[in-house]
Amino acid sequence: MAAKTLTIDGKQITAEEGETILQAATEAGIKIPTLCHLEGVYDIGACRLCLVEVTGTPKLLPACTLKVAEGMEVSTDTERLRKYRRMTLELLFAERNHVCAVCVANGHCELQTLAYSQGLDHVRYEYTFPKWSVDNTHRLFGMDHNRCILCTRCVRSCWHIEGAGTKNVSGRGGKSRIITDLNQPWGDSESCTECGKCVMSCPTGALFKKGSTVGESVRDRDKLEFIVNAREKKQWNA
Amino acid sequence: MILNDLNQVKEKEQAAQKKIVLRCCMAAGCMSSDSKGVKEQLEKAVADAGLQSEVEVRGVGCMKLCCEGPLVAVDPKNELYVRVTAENAPSIIAALKGGKANVEQTDPDAAFFKKQFSIVLANSGVVDPERIESYIAADGYLALHEVLNEMTPKDVVETMVKSGLRGRGGAGFPTGLKWGTVAKSPGAKKYVICNADEGDPGAFMDRSVLESDPHSVLEGMAIAAYAVGADQGYLYVRAEYPLAIARLQLAIKQAKQMGLLGAGIFESPFNFNVDIRIGAGAFVCGEETALMMSVEGKRGTPRPRPPFPAESGLFGCPTLLNNVETFANVPAIYRKGAEWFAAIGTEKSKGTKVFALAGKIKNTGLIEVPMGTPLRTIVEEMGGGAPDGGKIKAVQTGGPSGGCIPSQHLDTPVDYESLGKLGSIMGSGGMIVMDEGTKMVDVARFFMEFCMDESCGKCIPCRAGTVQMHNLLDKILKRKATARDLAKLEELCDMVRNTSLCGLGQTAPNPTMSTLRFFRNEYEELLQPDTFGAGATHPQTVTK
Amino acid sequence: MERLKIATVWLGGCAGCHMSFLDLDEFLVDIADKIQVVYSPIADVKEYPEGVDVCLIEGAVCNEDNLELIHKIRARTKVLVSFGDCAVTANVPAMRNQFGLGNAESVLQRAYIDNAQYNPVIPKADGIVPKLLERVLPVHETVKVELYLPGCPPPADRIKALLGQVLAGQTPKLEGTQLKFG
Repeated sequence: MAAKTLTIDGKQITAEEGETILQAATEAGIKIPTLCHLEGVYDIGACRLCLVEVTGTPKLLPACTLKVAEGMEVSTDTERLRKYRRMTLELLFAERNHVCAVCVANGHCELQTLAYSQGLDHVRYEYTFPKWSVDNTHRLFGMDHNRCILCTRCVRSCWHIEGAGTKNVSGRGGKSRIITDLNQPWGDSESCTECGKCVMSCPTGALFKKGSTVGESVRDRDKLEFIVNAREKKQWNA
Repeated sequence: MILNDLNQVKEKEQAAQKKIVLRCCMAAGCMSSDSKGVKEQLEKAVADAGLQSEVEVRGVGCMKLCCEGPLVAVDPKNELYVRVTAENAPSIIAALKGGKANVEQTDPDAAFFKKQFSIVLANSGVVDPERIESYIAADGYLALHEVLNEMTPKDVVETMVKSGLRGRGGAGFPTGLKWGTVAKSPGAKKYVICNADEGDPGAFMDRSVLESDPHSVLEGMAIAAYAVGADQGYLYVRAEYPLAIARLQLAIKQAKQMGLLGAGIFESPFNFNVDIRIGAGAFVCGEETALMMSVEGKRGTPRPRPPFPAESGLFGCPTLLNNVETFANVPAIYRKGAEWFAAIGTEKSKGTKVFALAGKIKNTGLIEVPMGTPLRTIVEEMGGGAPDGGKIKAVQTGGPSGGCIPSQHLDTPVDYESLGKLGSIMGSGGMIVMDEGTKMVDVARFFMEFCMDESCGKCIPCRAGTVQMHNLLDKILKRKATARDLAKLEELCDMVRNTSLCGLGQTAPNPTMSTLRFFRNEYEELLQPDTFGAGATHPQTVTK
Repeated sequence: MERLKIATVWLGGCAGCHMSFLDLDEFLVDIADKIQVVYSPIADVKEYPEGVDVCLIEGAVCNEDNLELIHKIRARTKVLVSFGDCAVTANVPAMRNQFGLGNAESVLQRAYIDNAQYNPVIPKADGIVPKLLERVLPVHETVKVELYLPGCPPPADRIKALLGQVLAGQTPKLEGTQLKFG
């Protein structure tokens, strides 16, 4: 593997060829906000929070899918990017019913954490208050569409770590939603292995374990990473 | 099939040509007003009059003046009958022997026709799209033969570069450069895809080309495949175009039977198969990466680029993707030469462009004009201006990704750069004319609603941003918005444009931004005075 | 030294934010000589006075009374603070908005008729029972708000941080977890 030298936020760093800007930045201790990214599953560049500026490129590019290149100059924390990130989060809060006060993920929610870490103290857009349902038909887990941000982490971990292919997306635009099998109640799903990886990967309170208190709803994300590392890198004593 | 066979087909077809040919439009527009019935009645009348040996009734593709359909042209008398019905059609046959038909005619030498310059539409309305022989008689597949026998793939790419052709899907990427990149991309398996997922409101150019001259697209794809080293092609057509799909299926079958598609084309080692993939109607599937996902049988959502399809496209292989009109240009370029093509149009925009003229205009239909033709020529001379003597206010190009060009800019030449400077785009060719009665905020809301409905939902700015922008436009229209709302709208336009994942989101604000640029007063007239926090100054600090 | 005129109001909310305010405990004593509470649910003042320096607003704007009061407050106050999640996001009171716009009637129906065990009747007394707005709104959708203090409720130390900065004559700036919703 050839090494690449590049600059992120003025800091000279080296990275392995094939690494993404997000990986290289993380190794260098530079934190880029992410939401749809999840260690262990492939990246899709959908949430747009990790957009960075690359000198010489007019377009903003997602750090999670952008590969390092020799001599690249990357800025991850400009005023413009901070503004767009804040707006992106505001759009998310206005899109569905994210009522933190009564959410199972209160205190363990990546959306909530991102909001305050980006200085979001209120949402300027009108809340849309859509009517979404909760699928409580599964024996162990529940799905609250009100809290879903459509990051598709659950879909990706279901297909690519568990290999069950239970979760999917149906519909389009703001009407998109996560479904189980062919849009059946989760409890009726024959493909679901009840592994719970979708719940582990959910950044918000959209997927939850039944019977857990809010305090207990900490996601065990390391488990996903562990499984993938064990499989791909043959490392199982991390 | 070798050249000799091709020429034989051509000669046979020409020898069978009858003295009088009645060309009857069998494209979707005219067929929706019963041109099929018209054709049947014409055929019956010919038989009744015992004229079968002299008169051919030929089903052809689009004859362009769609608003006057069904159309029937009579060769060589140079007559063009309009709004023909099954009832009055027989009188056209009766009039062949003198006298006047009981059907209205229009002047086939009017500006609408005379100002056209046909490359893509050269066969449209002339050949029978359901008979490959008819296409071959019009020199069809000659270019493919020449390419396969006399040129290396490298030569083919070079010719394309020299021609200066740019992608007709909207963005105008140089076609030769794209072909060259795919050709150079390493990989044993490569694909050629034709994007026929035309979805802009008011656009029907590609549908017409597919319905009227499907073989030109197939021939273009085959030439492209040879140039880049692909042996498999896909035609991605939307399900809303059943006639186009049927004609393509027939065309593929006929071309295969003649050895013009499939294995060992023209008895060369070159193989090329084309399959049709039918899209389920999502607008976003016209975006190249989403289209490829759909071809692969997955949910049609775009993915970030790089990697570009030229390196890693369909099934991870290098993939060339061009749209219908781009491919339809290809055979003529190799038949007549890159220099011939490059001499048409402007310095940076070569060749012609097909537009679907629609909206508040007298002559709606299809036009093909050289690049650089002023908008005024298209709209006023060819289109005949607004109906009932109305005044044209703006011309919308580029559909939901484009912008509105106000009437004071009608002298703008139609080319990629000039339209871009005005905040619009060439787009795929939809051209919607608006008259004085059109409210521009309404137009902006219409297109925003379209983008909102058609957003795939993958990235947040497009999925949620279009909803907020639509709600703000709606609020403005309902006279409930203030200057603060307008500022919010403009801020969102900027954000969605810069942060969305694919072209659909990145261009969704364009209609709003362009109407704001030229018709800002129409927005401001609708705003309400801001009583927000009246009577108070708003310091953030207080001291005593 | 003239004392800062502080008001607190209670719109559509659970009074939890006011409870949290009282959790300021001895800090309230510390600031007692610097502030004057001129209007509050915990002070018996009938009319919102003129010339208020800072007003902490708890609760979302739910009914016509709330709306009228908030406009009066805006006109008579220098600095408005959206105090707690109901004011900032409309929070729990706004969950009724999910039943669609123009929902006030169906909400009343559900509360007073469908779920009533005895004497099902929608309370109606013009001039006494205020009419529900069709849609519950966060405060900043109705009037301009200068400062936001999210939290359900905002913990006392967060209120203290904000008030401390205001009293020090600074532009208050909260960051990190001090801005946490919920």
